[in-house]
Amino acid sequence: MVMRTAELAVKWLGLETTERLVEIGKFFVYVGDVLNQSVRKPMRTSLVFQQLEFIGNQSLNIILITGFFTGAVFGLQIGGIFQIFKAEGLMGAATAKALTRELAPLMTGFLISGRVGSSMTAELATMRVSEQIDAMEAMGVDPVNYLVVPRFLASLAMIPLLCVVFIFIGIIGAYMTGVGIFRVDVGIFIEKMTQIVNMTDIWNGLQKAAIFAVLISLIACHYGLRASGGAKGVGIATTNSVVVSLLAILCCDVVITYVQVKF
Amino acid sequence: MIEFKHVRKAFGRRVVLDDLDLVIPPGKITFIIGKSGEGKSVTIKNLMGLMHPDAGQIIVDGEDITRLDEEKLQVYRRKFGMLFQNAALFDSMSVGENVIFPLREHTRLPLPAMLERVEEVLTMVGLPGIQHKFPTELSTGEKKRVGLARALVTKPKFILYDEPTTGMDPLVSEMIDGLIVQVNRDVPGVSSIVISHDLKAALATAENIVMLYHGRVTLAGSPKDFRESKDPVVRQFFSGSVEGPMEFL
Ligand SMILES: Nc1ncnc2c1ncn2[C@@H]1O[C@H](COP(=O)(O)OP(=O)(O)OP(=O)(O)O)[C@@H](O)[C@H]1O
Ligand SMILES: [Mg+2]
Repeated sequence: MVMRTAELAVKWLGLETTERLVEIGKFFVYVGDVLNQSVRKPMRTSLVFQQLEFIGNQSLNIILITGFFTGAVFGLQIGGIFQIFKAEGLMGAATAKALTRELAPLMTGFLISGRVGSSMTAELATMRVSEQIDAMEAMGVDPVNYLVVPRFLASLAMIPLLCVVFIFIGIIGAYMTGVGIFRVDVGIFIEKMTQIVNMTDIWNGLQKAAIFAVLISLIACHYGLRASGGAKGVGIATTNSVVVSLLAILCCDVVITYVQVKF
Repeated sequence: MIEFKHVRKAFGRRVVLDDLDLVIPPGKITFIIGKSGEGKSVTIKNLMGLMHPDAGQIIVDGEDITRLDEEKLQVYRRKFGMLFQNAALFDSMSVGENVIFPLREHTRLPLPAMLERVEEVLTMVGLPGIQHKFPTELSTGEKKRVGLARALVTKPKFILYDEPTTGMDPLVSEMIDGLIVQVNRDVPGVSSIVISHDLKAALATAENIVMLYHGRVTLAGSPKDFRESKDPVVRQFFSGSVEGPMEFL
């Protein structure tokens, strides 16, 4: 009896793992397909622009608000510490460094996967469960080409741009606290900042943002395309997509940061 | 000419098509009937390469389509126009954009010619001049008719209808059955394949009927063959009775 149960359990686990592996394999095949189709014709320029507008439009306000407050709050915290050493002048530089290298890409990634990733998944999942994607395939149009590639390309272009906006507005936030609360001299604030933050930092931040863009759009569209089971299925797909893309962003962030710091 | 040879399709343990052999003659209206969940939609999804059979061949115009890769399948699918069970219009697009979609994707017609063709098919289904409306503004019957217009717009060789009249009021049902006949008559060389569980409509409209039961063909033939059949499953389907070999869930 115990043997039998154990046997069944092993079988079931085996099946689970095989299925998982198959799922992961499918995801990579899909990723290959998207990448391949992104560089191939037909280029659907108007759809890409539609998505650029959608991503930018949906996210600009939230990026501006979050960026400003992140910069301001970080500036306050850092300024408080630096004040002990009479080094408030450096708070702008420290905040800007943190923003460009880490805070801006990470927060942008989180915000976008919540706002844009979720609605991409919901849209594609709705199309899937209402047979619209089947209809598209039946008309000989590849949904990856028509739906995924424009979203992927637009994310790749727009998310780093939003990250830059985040950095910029975050620095303004830090500037306000620095000059307003810690009475830092404007000249010193800017001088220290330009001294400490260099092009490598900005480049590293943008690399992160671009990689997060890839993750967000690919994961969101993948979950959307593979949804099933009516309105409930759309909900499940959306939740899963956001959770997985947040985890993926965090994991990749560690790896990218390690690579950037070490090499 | 469409031929299924020993086609098998299962989802997990549930075997939906079991060694299915099926012939659909060209140029005719063929009804595929069977009770709900019997695998009718699965049959045509396999036919269009939207699903792949676990075993067997599907031969269309002499070509085994189960061997085609995704790229070739996309070209192959242009032979078909399909009306989905719930019309499956793109709800982010207007009616006009929906109907023009396959033309845009697959033809190089100049825009005015495309627009003219769109108007032509919309008139054919009795809905001229509704290009600007959105699918959410349409009734179910209107959606179906727009879906049919979209299926017809590229002049496909095969037209597939997945339960075109299910859930329609009798007048709309009759109109759509009429449209099926009209399209099959007016468009030269076209074959119509209709999925249905409405045996009465099949008897009235079809030239050829295939009945699916337990993943196989119970009977294939003309409406006359069906009227005269002594097969208990066919008789039960006729009478709509709960008594008989066919079990209900
Ligand atoms: N993608 C799928 N995954 C798992 N099972 C499926 C899938 N598609 C269909 N099935 C199963 O296959 C069987 C046949 O489904 P199908 O949609 O072909 O029925 P049908 O004959 O078209 O019925 P209806 O008249 O209700 O439309 C059902 O039991 C269904 O649960
Ligand atoms: Mg069906």
